[in-house]
Amino acid sequence: MELRDQPIELQKFRIRLGISVIFILALFSILYVRFYYLQITQQDHYSTLAEVNRISILPLVPNRGLIFDRHGKVLAQNYSAYALEITPSKVPDIESTLDELAAFIEITPTDRQRFMKLMKESRRFKSLPIRNRLNEIEIATFATNRYRFPGVEIKSRVFRQYPEKELVSHVVGYISRINDKDLDFLELNNELNNYRGSQHIGKIGIEQSYEKQLHGITGFEEVETDAAGRSIRVLSRTLPISGNNLILSLDFGLQEAVEKAFGDRRGALVALDPNNGEILAFVSKPGYDNNLFIGGIDHENWNMLNNSIDRPLNNRALRGVYPPGSTFKPFMALAALELGKRTPEYSMADPGFFSLPGVKHRFRDWKPGGHGRVNLHKSLVVSCDTFYYSLGNDLGIDNMHNFIGQFGLGKKTGIDVENEVSGLLPSSAWKMAQHKQKWYAGDTISAAIGQGYNLTTPLQLAFATMMIANGGKAYAPRFVKQIQNSKTGEITNIPENLQYTANFKPKNLEVIRNALIDVTRPGGTAAKAGANALYTFAGKTGTSQVVRIKQGERYNEKLIDERHRDHAMFIAYAPAESPKIALAVLVENTGTGGSTAAPIARQVFDYYLLGNPPKAGDDSLDDNTEEHDHSH
Amino acid sequence: MNSKKLTQNKIDIRKIWYYFTRHIDGFLLTFILVLMSVGLMILYSASGGNIGKVNNQAINIVVALILMWVIANTSMQQIKRIALPIYLIGLALLIGVALFGEIYNGARRWLNIGITRIQPSELMKIAIPLMMAWYFDKYEITLRLRDYIGATLLLVIPVLLILKQPDLGTALLIAASGFYVLFFAGLSWRIIIGLIALGAASLPILWGMMHDYQRQRVMTLLDPTQDPLGAGYHIIQSSIAIGSGGIAGKGWQNGTQTQLDFLPEQSTDFIFAVFSEEFGLIGNTLLLLLYLIIIGRCIVITANASSQFSRLIAGSITLTFFTYIFVNMGMVSGILPVVGVPLPLISYGGTSMVTMLIGFGILMSIHTHPKFIRT
Repeated sequence: MELRDQPIELQKFRIRLGISVIFILALFSILYVRFYYLQITQQDHYSTLAEVNRISILPLVPNRGLIFDRHGKVLAQNYSAYALEITPSKVPDIESTLDELAAFIEITPTDRQRFMKLMKESRRFKSLPIRNRLNEIEIATFATNRYRFPGVEIKSRVFRQYPEKELVSHVVGYISRINDKDLDFLELNNELNNYRGSQHIGKIGIEQSYEKQLHGITGFEEVETDAAGRSIRVLSRTLPISGNNLILSLDFGLQEAVEKAFGDRRGALVALDPNNGEILAFVSKPGYDNNLFIGGIDHENWNMLNNSIDRPLNNRALRGVYPPGSTFKPFMALAALELGKRTPEYSMADPGFFSLPGVKHRFRDWKPGGHGRVNLHKSLVVSCDTFYYSLGNDLGIDNMHNFIGQFGLGKKTGIDVENEVSGLLPSSAWKMAQHKQKWYAGDTISAAIGQGYNLTTPLQLAFATMMIANGGKAYAPRFVKQIQNSKTGEITNIPENLQYTANFKPKNLEVIRNALIDVTRPGGTAAKAGANALYTFAGKTGTSQVVRIKQGERYNEKLIDERHRDHAMFIAYAPAESPKIALAVLVENTGTGGSTAAPIARQVFDYYLLGNPPKAGDDSLDDNTEEHDHSH
Repeated sequence: MNSKKLTQNKIDIRKIWYYFTRHIDGFLLTFILVLMSVGLMILYSASGGNIGKVNNQAINIVVALILMWVIANTSMQQIKRIALPIYLIGLALLIGVALFGEIYNGARRWLNIGITRIQPSELMKIAIPLMMAWYFDKYEITLRLRDYIGATLLLVIPVLLILKQPDLGTALLIAASGFYVLFFAGLSWRIIIGLIALGAASLPILWGMMHDYQRQRVMTLLDPTQDPLGAGYHIIQSSIAIGSGGIAGKGWQNGTQTQLDFLPEQSTDFIFAVFSEEFGLIGNTLLLLLYLIIIGRCIVITANASSQFSRLIAGSITLTFFTYIFVNMGMVSGILPVVGVPLPLISYGGTSMVTMLIGFGILMSIHTHPKFIRT
């Protein structure tokens, strides 16, 4: 073993450090010699190469796939038109050029604003549109004055258009200009090359979720250009492949019928085919004009949409969460039968309230004085709260959570568009995790009638209703039924997606279904809406309490009062013996389900099953059997 | 009373400032910041005037500077203590990548750990020199050939794992950083020369082990015109960019190669070509000088480091920093094959920025913490 001498070691180290310095300087000198060679000796050679470096590879943008409803009605299409475009790097003074251009072609302040915003976000060498859709006179006028405007050109472009605007905006969504976030996403998915010429990308709705199908494959063109970058000659060309067309399960006629039945009211409706999960109607009111977003929305319209108290950009059907209210009761009732907590024969006396043992607090029924003697059937028909208070207490929250979870409440339904929310089906474990509090017996009581912590989306309610109608089959809701290859015209069917089947005893299900039919018959909470129907019609009314309204906003008092009113809800399917359509309706701030939501369902069924056009607007029926849920 | 309070405050601020900056090497930081500013300016031009990318990079820089500050304020005793754990974690993650890694662009480099995806080879850039320096520090008294072999194993295993991903650039840099530790630890010249000879002799074997695309890159370097639209495209276009820049360059935001999109990867690995095209040989001279000043300062810090551990770390960090610069500029100017190595402090990207500044943080810590002379 040899002990090392520190000073000698240090000296050795410093010698090696000195050698490193020489090594570094030597290699940097090599680099420097290389730079000198490239930039001084060979400068002429490379400058010439840069000058004639004019073989550009230009992307050829594919046409975006079209979107149709189930009967071939166009919901999203393309058209080509001429656009006036400016390449900022070739224009010394943008402002004055715009002023001069305005003398020939109409350029509104909005156009100008939009262009300035675009310019900030884009490369200076990119050609950017100042005006879209030029008419023939404008094209001719510009052509004769073209020499005055270097860097300004007329180009033929393909534009997207949504002919039905508000009616399907929450389904179709929209495309808009590609931003940095989109670029990062594309880079991560290794798709940047396929978007080299593309200016737009799907941002929301089907346009977003089916981007891969709709976009198509970019082609390339090898061109020789002159010194100014204009192409002289095409050397080779690989043609783009257009995106695929989408055929939706959506029935546009039905969508229109819903729109008409809603009139000016706010809310949402989702209608599914219980036999396969196809979405027949999907409405969130109000909608918005999705065409506004394509070229980049201007400030004025954006503020109008974004600040509107009606929140038109909010997709209520997919992302709005509401307490399900009494529409929760059929699921509770089935839980009672399946878990053996109630029999169809069991009945109780309803004094109009329920109290937990040893506690004074009274949970009141919506009907003062109660409904008399109530069995399970009657509890659904008249929507008795007391029956469910006591049932909830017997079941316990975790049984409720586990059983009703089978209906997809509190979970994503698996719909084929992004951004779905999961809502909330509370459990004691959830409360502990979320609020660090134990679950109280009182929490169960309000949860038992669909209030309390319960939150569901209209889509989830329609999904759960579909499962009652079809006997427990959890088909994933889907918009896209078929995909058409744009080149060959070949149509591929997308098979239904049965996610799982919940096992319910047919005889228990029968009890629930029979009660739901009686809801729409005399004595039921939706008797008026069900009157004289030419098919059997099963449903359940509900009232969703408005928990809160955004604080600190300035609205006049009358308006606030209106927005504090309860939401009307209704779930239904028909014909009851072999269901063809199942739906959930929500009408915001209009009170009870029987009076406003159920009549909309009736009109939708009349249209879908009988072909009767809906009567327009606001004909709410005034049911005597009005119900109100009051959990506290 | 009022004025007394004021003086009190003044003193406090001075004190706070002192505590805040006492482990920061002002000289080094100044030149690092100058280079970063140059980098942001070039990035603005390379991305065609896209301020969003510049903002992202500014955020990367701020994060990296904060990390640098934290490391600089950590004493070498503490850093030494975490050398072994960091190395073991890094090695475990690398094995994880080999087994369960995600494949992007044909390479298995990323590991999904639930919250986010990480690239463990980045961690190894710091962990390897730390570990090897720790090792030599531990066996300092009885350094024998056996110990060098042990240290070499510490290096070779992770390098092979990274080579397999495949990530040639990172593997080479990590191998270099480990070799520098061996070199400064006193590996005998005979062995070094032997290794170089062995390396030269094993080139044909290495050639056989290479992936096709790696071979292609070497062939392309020898004759770029052989494959002008494929692998040669990068080298041809970047050489044109540098060469056509001439003495004074075409001016900021006026490089045609850059702005007309002829230049590939112009904000990341090839950003030096943008700089060269727009600022010419004069710009290149200044840039090399800036880098030399930083390297010079690092060498001064290394020379004055007190413990074996600090010396080895500092030496390795300094030479690795230089290696980055040399390999990047060499590949962009066409004298080295194209391996994915960023230009330190300038290329767009957060990971390499963070790795670099952690390195500088260690150097600052070495220089500003009290020195213990061992006897």
